Amino acid sequence: MDAIILQILNGLDKGSAYALIALGLTLIFGTLGVVNFAHGALFMIGAFCAVTLSRILTLSHTVIDETQKDFLGNPLKVEVPYIYDIFGQTTGDVIIDWAVPLSILFAIPVMVGIGFAMERGLIKHFYKRPHADQILVTFGLAIVLQEIIKYFYGANPIPTPAPDAFRGSFDFGAMLGFDPNTIIYPYWRLVYFAFAAVIIGAVFAFLQFTTFGMVVRAGMADRETVGLLGINIDKRFTIMFGIAAAVAGLAGVMYTPINSPNYHMGMDFLVLSFVVVVVGGMGSLSGAVLAGFLLGILESFASMAIVLETLPGINQIIIYLVAIIILLTRPRGLMGRKGVMEE
Amino acid sequence: MSNSKLTRRGLIKTGAVAGAAGLTLPTYLRADAHAGYLNAPQGDTVTLGFNVPQSGPYADEGADELRAYELAVEHLNGGGDGGMMNTFTSKALQGNGILGKKVEYVTGDTQTKSDAARASAKSMIEKDGAVMITGGSSSGVAVAVQALCQEAGVIFMAGLTHSNDTTGKDKRANGFRHFFNSYMSGAALAPVLKNAYGSDRKAYHLTADYNWGYTTEEAVKSSTEAMGWETVAAVKTPLTQTDFSSYIAPVLQSGADTLVLNHYGGNMVNSLTNAVQFGLRDKQVNGKDFQIIVPLYSRLMAKGAGANVKGIFGSTNWHWSLTDEGSKAFVQSFGTKYGFPPSQAAHTCYVQALLYADACERAGTFNPCGVVEALEGFEFDGMGNGKTLYRADDHQCFKDVLVVKGKENPTSEFDLLEIVEVTPVEQVTYAPDHPQFAGGSLGTCNPGA
Repeated sequence: MDAIILQILNGLDKGSAYALIALGLTLIFGTLGVVNFAHGALFMIGAFCAVTLSRILTLSHTVIDETQKDFLGNPLKVEVPYIYDIFGQTTGDVIIDWAVPLSILFAIPVMVGIGFAMERGLIKHFYKRPHADQILVTFGLAIVLQEIIKYFYGANPIPTPAPDAFRGSFDFGAMLGFDPNTIIYPYWRLVYFAFAAVIIGAVFAFLQFTTFGMVVRAGMADRETVGLLGINIDKRFTIMFGIAAAVAGLAGVMYTPINSPNYHMGMDFLVLSFVVVVVGGMGSLSGAVLAGFLLGILESFASMAIVLETLPGINQIIIYLVAIIILLTRPRGLMGRKGVMEE
Repeated sequence: MSNSKLTRRGLIKTGAVAGAAGLTLPTYLRADAHAGYLNAPQGDTVTLGFNVPQSGPYADEGADELRAYELAVEHLNGGGDGGMMNTFTSKALQGNGILGKKVEYVTGDTQTKSDAARASAKSMIEKDGAVMITGGSSSGVAVAVQALCQEAGVIFMAGLTHSNDTTGKDKRANGFRHFFNSYMSGAALAPVLKNAYGSDRKAYHLTADYNWGYTTEEAVKSSTEAMGWETVAAVKTPLTQTDFSSYIAPVLQSGADTLVLNHYGGNMVNSLTNAVQFGLRDKQVNGKDFQIIVPLYSRLMAKGAGANVKGIFGSTNWHWSLTDEGSKAFVQSFGTKYGFPPSQAAHTCYVQALLYADACERAGTFNPCGVVEALEGFEFDGMGNGKTLYRADDHQCFKDVLVVKGKENPTSEFDLLEIVEVTPVEQVTYAPDHPQFAGGSLGTCNPGA
């Protein structure tokens, strides 16, 4: 029982990342009809927003410490962050420690801006082109973006830890009456799950309870009619692209303490997120979220030692196996609209 | 130190190969011979091929390898301060290139993919006329390129490759490895672990699901079980895995009190980060503090894991903080040129380039069979690892192995590991027919023409 609870918990945070990326993908597909293979790169750029802010906060001047030597035997150059000079060391350390949560504020305008630039500068030229063209151009864009990041930040992962207050893990087992240490769960992953829930809720609320959201939903259902009513639906869809980019970026920002970011982390998530979208149903926002969590949990169960002993290698194929079964039996996905992908 | 000389056996062997190729004499015996083997240098230059990852996840490690090769070329051609050429016990290198020919180089991008690495090596051999291929940051690539060089008839001086198989079941006569291997890591780590954590431990292995992972798991398991540890589980993890939470979470439930991460590169960074996130190191199991072990450390990769490496044991081929004359000379030379200390990958590549050049000088030829003969059984010192032997049986270097630990209070971004013990070579030496290296044979050298 404890093992099952543990894997469900693991699946939830993994599913959170899948759901957030898939949500953005679905928003773009549902509004603009574009299959955006650069969406994983937006997740990666979000993560590097956290790295960038962290570097800005630790920008330093050097002080020579005559008492210590560097690797060449010269007096050691000690880096002192400028933030110490402004706020003092104690406050400076707290600000640096909270770099990742602070990056949310930094990432939102950056990601919305990148989203706008992507949509206006490149993707809008491919609206009327076949999906294959869209996939090719966005995949190419993803490669360009990751190579740019690699050029500036290198190929190695860059550690971006969570604030001290969220390091360590919570013993769920002890709370639920199991033996200590049987169900432990890192605090930051709980934060990530809660954050994902808030973002997903906010996107749904925005679409459901605002006039802007209503127009977007109407545009998703019938773009032409909404346009005939004199509404500039293209402008709203561009804004939705920016929002989708911001959602992916924020998912990336908050993911950095879970795994040190590197330039190809977006590609790692991209394919899985597309499977999530297909399983959930192309264009279905709730389907994307549901499938994200379901596949995350399924993947966790498939990684259990007992499962691997029975079905070696199942952990590597489980998601694709589910996708094949769904595509064969219900091509529109779990919550897809009737007719979509079924012609 | 003893410089190996050409023997009758080698002469007959090469003569037979050359004869089979339609030649009448083993021409490598003459230093001025420029025929009888592939890519014999023409004119006054010789071209070496540096095949390193310039793109992909190991690009930073590849960049460091390339820096080391450029430094080696500079030193071989008489530039710079000479680096380890000043401390190398063989004095055949004079700083006038190799055999009087100025050293030039071409580079290839392995992308850390076997097929791409073979393609780039093939291109350097066929189009650029490279007489030797060296580099790499993966055992899969090393094995693939080594086989290609054997077929083509050029020497392969492996870069960073740690799998037993490179000089085990996949060894080749034209291939040589200076880097240590999985068996040596296990043999060096076991006594240190016993001293630090006792002989009653339950270990849980997470192993990257590919060749290097298997040999490392096998080596560490056999070494730790021999000293009384029990292996409670060994779980394979996909190479493409990024989030290891579902593999880490069941560790405590298994009753294990030690986690061995047979991972390298990004896998290591992520699995270690996840293990620390799950608070494993704060737990007590079986009345003992929970411990994590990383059998193969790389400073470049340790940087990615940040503070998570603190206090964690592992092994490494070389570290810039060593104080022997060779290491100091290399660090000085590299640090002055590039502004930061070299990695172990840079070290092994630099040494390999010098060892190849030295072998050519001693053999008096670039002919691969002459080079093989000169390197087999060659003993040397002054290259940063103490007395070292290039064993003739498998073309593996035997030297001291470093056991390191993540440093608690680093003074800089390079100061991440501290040396805990220099394990003497005798402790990590094994018989050529050891079961972990079973299968395969060197075969005979191939001069290619």
